[in-house]
Amino acid sequence: MVTPLQKPPKKNPQLRTRVPTLPSHYRSRSALFMAAAAAEGRFMLQVCAEPDCESVQYPARDACACCLSDRLVWQDVSPRGNLIATSTVRTSTNTYFRERTPWRLGTVHLDIGPSVMCHLHSELVVGDEVQLINRLDKSGQSVLLALPLERAQLQEDDMQLRELTCDPKFRRILITDARNPNAYALAKSLLEAGATTVFVGEAESWRPYPDRAKLESLQGVELVSLDVTDTSSVQELAGEFGGKVDILINNARFVRPGGIQGRGDVGFAMDEMQVNYFGMMRLAQAFAPAMTGRSADGVNSAVAWVNVLSVYSLVNNPGFGSFSASNAAAHSLSQCLRAEMAASGVRVVNVYCGPTEDEWHQPLPPPKVPAGTLARELVKALQAGLEDVYVGDIAKDIRRKFMESPKVLEKEMTSLETL
Amino acid sequence: MEALKEKLANPVELLSSALLSGGVEVVDLTHTLDPDFPVIVLPPEFGQCARFRMEEISSYDHRGPAWKWNTFTCSEHTGTHFDAPIHWISGKDLPNNTVDSIPPEHFVGSVVVIDCSEGSAQDDDFELTPEIIAAWEAEHGRIPPASWVFMRTDWSKRSGAAYLNMRDDGPHSPGPTPEAIKFLIDERGIRGFGTETVGTDAGQGAHYTPPYPAHFYLHGAGKYGLQCMCNLDQLPATGAMIFCAPLKIKGGTGSPLRVLALVPKGGR
Repeated sequence: MVTPLQKPPKKNPQLRTRVPTLPSHYRSRSALFMAAAAAEGRFMLQVCAEPDCESVQYPARDACACCLSDRLVWQDVSPRGNLIATSTVRTSTNTYFRERTPWRLGTVHLDIGPSVMCHLHSELVVGDEVQLINRLDKSGQSVLLALPLERAQLQEDDMQLRELTCDPKFRRILITDARNPNAYALAKSLLEAGATTVFVGEAESWRPYPDRAKLESLQGVELVSLDVTDTSSVQELAGEFGGKVDILINNARFVRPGGIQGRGDVGFAMDEMQVNYFGMMRLAQAFAPAMTGRSADGVNSAVAWVNVLSVYSLVNNPGFGSFSASNAAAHSLSQCLRAEMAASGVRVVNVYCGPTEDEWHQPLPPPKVPAGTLARELVKALQAGLEDVYVGDIAKDIRRKFMESPKVLEKEMTSLETL
Repeated sequence: MEALKEKLANPVELLSSALLSGGVEVVDLTHTLDPDFPVIVLPPEFGQCARFRMEEISSYDHRGPAWKWNTFTCSEHTGTHFDAPIHWISGKDLPNNTVDSIPPEHFVGSVVVIDCSEGSAQDDDFELTPEIIAAWEAEHGRIPPASWVFMRTDWSKRSGAAYLNMRDDGPHSPGPTPEAIKFLIDERGIRGFGTETVGTDAGQGAHYTPPYPAHFYLHGAGKYGLQCMCNLDQLPATGAMIFCAPLKIKGGTGSPLRVLALVPKGGR
């Protein structure tokens, strides 16, 4: 039975905030392929490419356990299996687990062959049919957790599962830009997902914007003053609320069409960098210290930093060439942020979005990503504990082509035929 | 005795003494440069007015152990600022039309203040008209040549969204009609026109003929603009003097600046 998660009480100001500890980390370079799959929530294992072998491997290795071939290919495989044994760890030499005992482990015999040791959802008992999920743990490494085939009641409240996810339930969230047309949909979805409070940063309150009244009408939304281009404003908000932000969603974005020649100046490019790149840096410098210090702070620990990026951060889209470049810079910075937050276990989630349904993409043909879709996918990713999310058909297509060959994709995006 | 006589004959010495004795007071007509101070808002596909921003270089720390300093950025037209003739297309070919080439004596001069605060309190789109100017002159005398003319509206006492007063059909704030501004230039030979609002033109100034008449006529005639000022309610209708030197920016179209007024004691 899942113990229902309780809304955390107000913090006791006399108690020291628990310092984050981590489960064991780096295993092998081969194992990082599994971590890369976990980043997208995929269940992938190595399969031997020898036609007369084709055995599925676990754990990750450099040569086939059956035939010693080095032709091992990572593939999406069936996550189903049978729970054949369980064990409960009651003490550990590893501080992270020691602080979280009792911790259940199990052995699952996968339908595709291997037996694996994994973490267990609290509903499961020996003999159950299960499905494994591949997720990143607080160290950013791939771990497997067995879930019931049928969704359990309050499944996401399970403590071992919640350690792998960034569930908004009972958490306080900062959305950085109220003026972005997606702010209302984001706030609404997060509140529906059980967020306690959604702070929404509002720049330039002296200038009206369409969704203000709608945002204000949402129970649980608090508008706060924040302009990511203004260092003092970012520092002030972090000073006041930094210790109450469990999930930060940076949706601030400056976008204008155009590349290099058509613009003739660097004006909009400077704005794009100010918001999309320096904005993220300012936020990180101001908010990351408080968040990384609170990543083991109970039910509403700080868990995630979400960047809403353009999928053209991966490859330049010349129609929005300068905007793409600013997003490439932001994307690179997000990797630096991941490295810097790694020691705390706060996950940096990148949401790669295709062209959005807004005024700046208005003349573009569909498909475009409506705000509601972005919000839904983003919340789902937090609940599922993903690190990389691609939203919209175009983003998914770009992702596939990028994984296949970045250079071919570049050729496609920059060829005369495309332009 | 001779020395004292010489002193009394020197008007600058007299002014210095008056400043020291309090016979002449200094009034600051300048808003603080603040990142959150409103700027003019244009349709978003156009280039925008850069907000005032400040980044710390060091603060007695590892970046500079014994000193604190900042880098600030802003537009030439952010905060309380000066408009040079080159700011508008009508003044683009005039001689000495940039802040660095304007003769410095133009930055010091007398000012008259037309009080439109009552009307502006009633009507967000209050207009300064030739009739209002005529009524003002009937009371205070003819506007002297080469004077600055300030339109007092008490708009500087507004803050937040009430300042730009932006609605779906644009901003709403007081300003001069085309006829009024033309009269001041052609019939009174003023040096410049100053306001408390975000520009020298009314919020709805785009809908006059010509659009933005204060900008169009003032700068076309080589005159200057001052805007986003405050404390105009502390100035007398006549008899004050202002110092309004913009930064000496090469080819600059304007600049944030400190506008100071000298006011005789009791003259407010």
